[in-house]
Amino acid sequence: MSSIRADQVGGRITDNTDEVPGTRAPLVLNMDKFGQVTNAVAKVSESTGAPLAWYIGFAGALGLLGLLGFCILYLIVTGVGVWGLNTPIAWAYDITNFVFWVGIGHAGTLISAILFLFRQNWRTGVNRFAESMTIFAVMCAGIFPGIHVGRVWVVYWLFPLPNQMEMWPQFRSPLLWDVFAVSTYFTVSTLFWYTGMIPDLATLRDRAKGRLQQIGYGLFALGWRGSNRHWHRYERAYLLLAALSTPLVLSVHSVVSFDFAVSQLPGWHTTIFPPYFVAGAVFSGFAMVVTLAVPARELFGLKNLITLRHLDNMNKVVLVTGSIVGYAYAMEFFIAWYSGAIYEKFAFVNRAFGQYWWAYLLMVSCNVITPQLFWFKAIRTSIPIMFFLSLVVNVGMWFERFVIIVSSLANDFLPSSWEFFTPTWVDIGTMAGAFGLFFTLFLLFCRFLPMIAIAEVKMIMPAADPHHGDHDHDHGDGHGTPATANGDQS
Amino acid sequence: MTTFETPTPTVDPAKTAETPKLHGLLAEFETPGDVLKAAEKVREAGYRWWDCCTPFPVHGLDGAMGIKPTILPVMVFFAGFTGLMTAFILQAFTNSSGMSVWALVWVTGYPYLISGKPLLSIPAFIPVMFELTILFSALTCVFGMFGMNGLPRLYHPLLANDRFRRVTDDRFYIVIEARDPKFFQSRTEAFLDSIGAVAVEEVED
Repeated sequence: MSSIRADQVGGRITDNTDEVPGTRAPLVLNMDKFGQVTNAVAKVSESTGAPLAWYIGFAGALGLLGLLGFCILYLIVTGVGVWGLNTPIAWAYDITNFVFWVGIGHAGTLISAILFLFRQNWRTGVNRFAESMTIFAVMCAGIFPGIHVGRVWVVYWLFPLPNQMEMWPQFRSPLLWDVFAVSTYFTVSTLFWYTGMIPDLATLRDRAKGRLQQIGYGLFALGWRGSNRHWHRYERAYLLLAALSTPLVLSVHSVVSFDFAVSQLPGWHTTIFPPYFVAGAVFSGFAMVVTLAVPARELFGLKNLITLRHLDNMNKVVLVTGSIVGYAYAMEFFIAWYSGAIYEKFAFVNRAFGQYWWAYLLMVSCNVITPQLFWFKAIRTSIPIMFFLSLVVNVGMWFERFVIIVSSLANDFLPSSWEFFTPTWVDIGTMAGAFGLFFTLFLLFCRFLPMIAIAEVKMIMPAADPHHGDHDHDHGDGHGTPATANGDQS
Repeated sequence: MTTFETPTPTVDPAKTAETPKLHGLLAEFETPGDVLKAAEKVREAGYRWWDCCTPFPVHGLDGAMGIKPTILPVMVFFAGFTGLMTAFILQAFTNSSGMSVWALVWVTGYPYLISGKPLLSIPAFIPVMFELTILFSALTCVFGMFGMNGLPRLYHPLLANDRFRRVTDDRFYIVIEARDPKFFQSRTEAFLDSIGAVAVEEVED
C-alpha cells in the first residue's frame, strides 16, 4: 500500500486511503475529465439491462414486499391480536421496527447536511445514495405507527383536523410530537433529495435517447439549464436546507426517544435517551450505507467515485458513534445503580441477566465490541470484512431497540403481570416485509435515477477550480494539482 | 484586448425588431477558468441580459457576473417565524382554550386537563413549534428558490439547441440575449469570439 501523490496518478488507482501531509487525497480516481464522471454515473440508468444480481435482488425484494402487503391486510381485516402483543407488552416488533428504520435514515441526513456544513468533500460520493436510503427508510418507519393503532381507518386522528367529535389530538404527548417530527423529517428529506437531484436529472434528460426518457427526466428536471443566476439561488437554498436539516435530524430521534423517556417506566425514564438515540441512529445508518454501497459500487462500476477512502471514512464514523453507544450503555447502568431507585436498578439487572439476557448479549457484542475492530486500518479497508461487520451492526441495532422496548415492558412494577413476548408469524412477516419495501425502492432508485450526485462530484475535482492549470495552460490535463487555489490570478 | 466599441443604444431597438426569431448568441467554453475570465469581460462590456450556464456552480462566477445576493434567507426567516407562530397558536387554541373560531368550518378548542398541568403548558408545545418552524422554512426555501428561478419551465429556447446539451455534462456557456440594449449581432458575435469562445452560434427563439 504505497502512498499516493497526486502527481503519480497514472496507472489505475484503487486505494486512496493513505494520508500524505500537505496534499488532499483524490476523491475521484482514474478520471480527470468531467465527461467521464457523467458517463460513469449516467450509463447505469441508460443501459438497457441491469446486472443479474439486480434482477435477483429485485425479485426477492418484490416477494418480501408482497409479504408486507399481505401481513398488513391480514392485520387490518383481523385486528392487532394477530401480533404477539398483550398487556403488559403493548409495544414490541412494531415500535422496534419503527425506531430501527427511523434510525437508519439518520445517516443520510448526517451525510447530506452535517458533513456539508463541515465542508467534508468526500460526502459528494455517497450523499445521493445515503439520502435515498433515508427517504426509503423513513417510508418503512412510517408504516408501523400507522398500522399499530388498531383501527387504521381513523389514523387521520393523529392530525389536528376538525372532526364530528370536536376532539383534538393531545399536544402534550410525545407520541404526537413524533407525528410532527417524523412527517417533517420525511418532507424535508424528500425536498433535500429532490433539490439536489435536479441538475443530475437534467443531465439524464440531455443525454436521453428515447422519447419516454426525455419526457420523464425532462419533467422532473423542471427545465433546469445550469444558469449561473439559478445556481446562485440554488446553492444558497441548498446551504439553508442543510442548516435546517441539521437541527431537524437531531430533533427527530430525540423526539422518538421521548416516546420512551417521557414515560414513567423503569428502563425508559432516563435523560440520556435523546443523545444516546441520536448516536445509535447515526451508527446504524452508517452501517446501512456501507451495506448498500459495497455491493452497489461493485455491481455498477462506481469504484472510482465511491472509493475506498469513502468507505474508510464511513467506518471511522461507525467507530466513533459505536463508542458513544457503548458509553451510553455503560452510563445507563451506572445511573441505575447511582440513582438508588430500586425499580430502576432492577430494570437494568433484569435487562442483562433476566429472561432477555440473550438479546442483551447479542446487542452488546454487535454494537460495542464489533465497531472497536475498526480501529485497525486493515479492517476498515477490507471490503468483505466491513460488509460483514456492517450487517452485524444492523442486527445489533435492531436488537438494541427490541431490548429497550420489550425487556422494560415485560417486567414492570407488578410481578403478577410479567410476561414473555413471543412474536407471531405476522410480526416476523411484517418485519421482513419492510425490508422488501426498502430494497424494492432502493433497487429501483439504483436502476433509474442518478446514484451519485454528478454535479457535486464535478465540483470537487481539481479541474473544477477556475484557476486550475493557470501555470501550464494545459487545460485537458486534469490530474496533477489538487487544491491549486492560487487565488490572486484574477 | 478587444477592439470593439460597445454599440450605442440607439442602434438596438431596430435591430431586435428585424430579427424577432433570434433568442441570442450562445458561446461555448471548455473550462471553468475560461468561462470565468470571459464572464468578467462580458460584464465589463456592459451587457445586462446575459447569463452563464455551467454543469456545476463555478467558484467565483457569481462575483465575476456581478450577481447580487439573493433575498432567499430573508424569506426563509419569515417563513420559519410563521411556522413557529402557527404551531403555537394551533396548540394553544386546540389544547388550552375553549374558544370557537371560524376556520373554513366552525372549530372549538378543548381545554385538556392532563395530570394537573397548566392549561397553557408551553414547554410541552416546544417540539411541535420547532418542527413546524423547520417545515415552513424548508418548504419556502425550496419553492422560493424554484419560484425566483422561474422553474419549473417546460420550454426554453436554449433547451432546444443541440450544442447546449453538454451544459449538463462538461461544457460551459455564455448566452447574450438579443433583447440586451447593447446586443448587435455581428459585433456581439465577434466579441464572444475574442473572449475565448471555442464556438459561437445563434439560438432561435
